[in-house]
Amino acid sequence: MQKEIIIAGFGGQGVLFGGQVLAYAAMDAGKEVTWIPSYGPEMRGGTANCTVVIADDEIGSPLVKNPPLAIALNLPSFDKYEEVLAPGGTLIVNQSMVDRGAKRDDIHVIFVPCNEIAEEIGDKKLLNMVAVGALLTVLNDITLKDVEKALEGHLPARHKHLLPKNFEALKRGFEAAQKMPA
Amino acid sequence: MPRELWKGNEAIAEASVRAGLDAYFGYPITPQTEILEYLSKRMPELGRAFVQAESELGAINMVYGAACAGVRVMSTSSSPGVSLMMEGLSYIQGTEVPAVLVNVMRGGPGLGNIAPSQADYNQAVHGGGHGDYHNIVLAPASVQEAIDLTVMSFDLAEKYRTICMVILDGSVGQMMEPAKMPEMRPMQRANWDWATDGRMGKRPRRILSSIYLDPIEEEKLNLRLLSRWKTIQRDEVRYKEYFLDDAEFVIVGFGTAGRVALSAVRQARAKGIKVGLLRPITVSPFPFEAIEQLVGRVSGFLVTEMNSGQMLEDVRLAVKGRVPVEFYGRMGGVVPFTEEILHEIERIASSKLSVDVDPREAWLERMAQAV
Repeated sequence: MQKEIIIAGFGGQGVLFGGQVLAYAAMDAGKEVTWIPSYGPEMRGGTANCTVVIADDEIGSPLVKNPPLAIALNLPSFDKYEEVLAPGGTLIVNQSMVDRGAKRDDIHVIFVPCNEIAEEIGDKKLLNMVAVGALLTVLNDITLKDVEKALEGHLPARHKHLLPKNFEALKRGFEAAQKMPA
Repeated sequence: MPRELWKGNEAIAEASVRAGLDAYFGYPITPQTEILEYLSKRMPELGRAFVQAESELGAINMVYGAACAGVRVMSTSSSPGVSLMMEGLSYIQGTEVPAVLVNVMRGGPGLGNIAPSQADYNQAVHGGGHGDYHNIVLAPASVQEAIDLTVMSFDLAEKYRTICMVILDGSVGQMMEPAKMPEMRPMQRANWDWATDGRMGKRPRRILSSIYLDPIEEEKLNLRLLSRWKTIQRDEVRYKEYFLDDAEFVIVGFGTAGRVALSAVRQARAKGIKVGLLRPITVSPFPFEAIEQLVGRVSGFLVTEMNSGQMLEDVRLAVKGRVPVEFYGRMGGVVPFTEEILHEIERIASSKLSVDVDPREAWLERMAQAV
């Protein structure tokens, strides 16, 4: 088994942390995983992305040209990753930040209003967790429970009070994606 | 010890601490700065020396001084910063003192950029500073290897009184992977019979220097260095093999180019192409013998690097024109995708190769066509 995921958005949308949460969950589930950020100057205020590869065996390339899975948290990322997604792949799109529908019909595009859901929960910074929750509907090797445990196990103590809202964000994202017509 | 998710740079920093790093001197530069940043907190916590020097020149000469005092010492930098250190490296080698230097390589030459690169292979492996010397050069491809090789680099440097460099491209430095840290080694300073660590009036004076005004004496040093290097070449070669048992041709790649090649090899295998991978872990000493063993039973080699074919020259030296050697490289901070190397594998598997073709010329022609 090997799955590649790209998470992309503006700097500040929690793109890198969203990927790390998946990486922690994969590690705790006993899998091999790589997490690699775009670390160029673009991450300061511009677009940011990270690539997460989850596998059973030693991972070769930590980068991927045509990912089967991606999260686009803003319009530039939607434009970019809709184009390169592998046929048959799934793209989670933050509906709150885009003004168009899907162009390709050979991929699954799941629109989730991440900003609105995060604001309903009471912390707009949780939009990345909403998107990660949505991704879990198609990432069969990692469960919602795995990600919750990863957050619990690896979040610094000073942030532990944020756990319930993070869990809620993951769950709401998961449910929103499930409601989308396949 | 359980696996933890470590970023390459921070993993190197913590591994050096656990290996007994006594003194660190450095200067910030992307994509290496996390090592310095991590140690700026960790070293004082443990009562060990951390100095952010005024420049890379300052840092390497502080390393030189600490190395003469016989303590475990390290500096880390990235390509332009490492270039600034070359004079110091030559002096350290000329003085026969152990030191560790990590180079998290970025695109060059010049200021270049901060993207992952392997373009400092020649500088690390074939020279850099002036004079006749060789560095031991280790090339990790993963965070776990970065940890293990950092620990090993101190032991090798001290065993042979030499510089041990760890070269990795920026992506290994920036990447996170699950890895296991070694146990913390107890800090104890070795009682070297060469160190200028204060004689306290108890023993004859020691002098460490790289000055041998008498050419005959300098030549004796050169012979001593060479004799040590011969032992290193015999005893310290390390590499990893993948799918070599029935391989009809073999990719040679180190660091990130090597692990991208692994993905390509797996995909090629799934298509029935019998290709293997040899990933040098020590690029200096280079695994000449491992390639010699393969020459007799494979039909050719493909060298993949994130430079214009620097290790390629060492592979050609090992192959000695007996079978074709092909090359595929990306430069300037570009990391090849799996598909690019797979494409090369498929090209090689379906064409008749010749030993008369210059691999770099042929690669440049293919690159020109692709653009």
